[in-house]
Amino acid sequence: MKKNLGILGIFLVVCMVASVFGQNFLTGYNLMNLTQRTSLFAIISLGAGLVIVTGGIDLSIGSVVCLAGITTPWLLVEHGWSPWVVIPLVLAGSALIGLFHGVLITRLRLQPFLVTLCGLLLYRGIARWMTSDQSQGFQGEFAGVRSIALAKFPIPLVENYQIPATVIPLVVLAVVIGVFLHRTVWGRWLLATGRNESAARYSGVPTAWLITMAYVACSLLAGFGGMLFIFDIGSAQPSDFGNFYELYAIAAAVLGGCSLRGGEASVFGIILGAATLQVLRTAIILLGLSSQLEFAVIGAVLLIGVTADELVRRFSVRRIERKQT
Amino acid sequence: MTNTHQELLRCSGLGRRYAGVPALSGIDLSIRGGEVLAIVGENGAGKSTLLKMLSGVIAPSDGDISVADADGVLRTVQLSSVRDATRAGIALVHQELNLAENLDIAGSIFLGREPARFGFLDLHSMQASARDWLARVGLDLDPTTPCGALAIAQRQLVEVAKALSCNARILILDEPTSSLSAREADRMLEIMSELRAQGKAVVFVSHHLDEVLRIADRVIVLRDGKCAGVLERGAYDRNSIERLMVGRSIEPTEQRAARDSASVRLRVSGLTSAHRRAHPVSFVVKTGEIVGLAGLVGAGRTEVLEAIAAITPHGGQVHLDDVELRGNTASRVRRGVAIVPEDRARNGIFAANHVAMNMSLAWVDRNSRVRTVDTSAERGVVGKLMERMQLRPAEPDRLLHTLSGGNQQKSVIGRWIAVSPALLLLDEPTRGVDVAARAEIHAEIRRLADSGTSVLFASSDLEEVLMLADRVIVMHEGSIAGEFTAQEVNEVAIMHLATGGAPSGSWTQTAARGKEHRRGTKL
Repeated sequence: MKKNLGILGIFLVVCMVASVFGQNFLTGYNLMNLTQRTSLFAIISLGAGLVIVTGGIDLSIGSVVCLAGITTPWLLVEHGWSPWVVIPLVLAGSALIGLFHGVLITRLRLQPFLVTLCGLLLYRGIARWMTSDQSQGFQGEFAGVRSIALAKFPIPLVENYQIPATVIPLVVLAVVIGVFLHRTVWGRWLLATGRNESAARYSGVPTAWLITMAYVACSLLAGFGGMLFIFDIGSAQPSDFGNFYELYAIAAAVLGGCSLRGGEASVFGIILGAATLQVLRTAIILLGLSSQLEFAVIGAVLLIGVTADELVRRFSVRRIERKQT
Repeated sequence: MTNTHQELLRCSGLGRRYAGVPALSGIDLSIRGGEVLAIVGENGAGKSTLLKMLSGVIAPSDGDISVADADGVLRTVQLSSVRDATRAGIALVHQELNLAENLDIAGSIFLGREPARFGFLDLHSMQASARDWLARVGLDLDPTTPCGALAIAQRQLVEVAKALSCNARILILDEPTSSLSAREADRMLEIMSELRAQGKAVVFVSHHLDEVLRIADRVIVLRDGKCAGVLERGAYDRNSIERLMVGRSIEPTEQRAARDSASVRLRVSGLTSAHRRAHPVSFVVKTGEIVGLAGLVGAGRTEVLEAIAAITPHGGQVHLDDVELRGNTASRVRRGVAIVPEDRARNGIFAANHVAMNMSLAWVDRNSRVRTVDTSAERGVVGKLMERMQLRPAEPDRLLHTLSGGNQQKSVIGRWIAVSPALLLLDEPTRGVDVAARAEIHAEIRRLADSGTSVLFASSDLEEVLMLADRVIVMHEGSIAGEFTAQEVNEVAIMHLATGGAPSGSWTQTAARGKEHRRGTKL
């Protein structure tokens, strides 16, 4: 919990600035919207976190979001398939993409950066070609399926705020991944693999299998996230849907305490990281800043956060040393 | 001109604390030109700390260091960086070599101070003077050879040449022979005496008391972070050094009973490893037997061990208890194979994790209920393992990189004890480990073998091979050159085969006796 203090601090400061200077920040509608966006982005960020734990990276997340998200209404509306077929199919396809990455990385020993960079181009291209670059949407139908992402649960005695349904899969995933990482043998092995892959292999840890599974989980979560995104917004363009989402996911994981060197992760930190990025995006609009500044502001905050984190770490190490002297 | 035996460096009351805990304190020492000073001590006695302070890698917390200036007058200096130390004429040759593999020899000797003309590298003069420095250490190599292509012994000498080229008067060598074969180590010691003859002061750390006895003019013995004594040449022998190091002398170990009637545990047939000249090798290891793989560096011992554990792919067959071993390392580990790698830092440890995690990794899955880690049970087992391995300090929550090399090695071996492996493969089980820890590790290996584990270990340390092995297999150039039982083995016989000599009379006799476990390459 201690290592989440940094990101918690940044999150609170960003929220405070936004609520003091942006008049509509603390409205129920805005908070509901924020919760929804945070849940969606946190789901894909958890996947990014699992890959980063192994010391790898997945740049294809945004394109997998796009491919999975676009395929869903394309099959449902254009081809008239049943949701009972489409949803499992899209999830299985996403997992298969991860398997493809994992096998290339562990068997052929290709670098994760390259494999997933090619994935980024490949899946985006496939999505655009498949749909002839046409916008895909539900055209007002499939309300039942879309309620997976759109339903809201009222809280007793609270009037303006209802809990978005996407919080449920996020909480479930967070608990599962948290328990997995810190309580199970596989989690222990995954963290060890991230720290020193070679030493883990010499200790009899099935490193290749674990790394492959991390990429499978990442793409699966990206595909699942992509589906939720499209259920949420209703329609999207294959050319820009999910653009840069991999960077939001990686940024959230890093803000949340994942080291790009591998071997470190905090589920709570990753969710806080995703929330911070979404509050920032909202704050830029509410504060009346030019929306063209969005990337610059996010970049700056990320840089400040990572720098502050490093400085705090050094300071506390020095303080412990001094205390013991 | 430095006259020999002039005092070049003096430190008084030198000490260093880590997080308040003294790692070393009250060291008074003077180093003179034209002498070889050996630093010996157990793991964690403070040898590395002393070397690091002398070479500017870490700053002392107490005391001071004076270095002789050009007129031979001692002046107090602050060695707060390696650069400061270099300027003061002190150069460190690291235990872990750090030559840039992509540079050639000349480039790495002059790294950071390349001769240049108008900003362009003066390659010609760089290579010419590199050749001169190489000659000083007896290396006849083309300065344009890439460092990546050099053998470890050659790299070490290049490092020495680099140190000399910085006009170092004091050369500090951290375990200079630990990764060298016996012949290369001999050469290294010769070079050290040549440097002494040139008026340099040579300071070195070694765990090989034989080397110390051979070459050192003075020996400083460290124990528990303090100076246990300084012995002058003529006033010390093996016994007196060992007594000072551990506070007692070390008993020689007794011979284990022969295992002729035991069942065959490991059967290797026609194994071809990743070695560049791998010939198919075949041999067996019996239940509870300890077999040593001897040979020069690069003879293919590591490759054989790693092939058996499937770290690298192999041809041929490996049978464990008459069932063939297939699949990757993880599946072989589940069958009861355990491997302790040669390169501890790279393949053995998780430096930034705590000791408990390091020691439980190999068996945490067997200790788990429904695949969740039972943390308190884990701590309990780790505590027992640490006690059994005499791992110090006995704190499971300590980060591994704060332990000394010997204790790190104990943690890597200790990882496997809880699973009682059927076959334990050890690659250089006690490299860079002091005498007392080595004895403890050997005792543990014997205990495991007595309880039925078969042990196959590779070692460049002949003394270790002779002490530990029930049977010795000698490798040369990727194939098996011969084999001895503990009764008939001696250093000369091993070296004869390891260096490519024909099998000697005694070995032929063994062969004639038709020992059923003999499997040479001739089969």
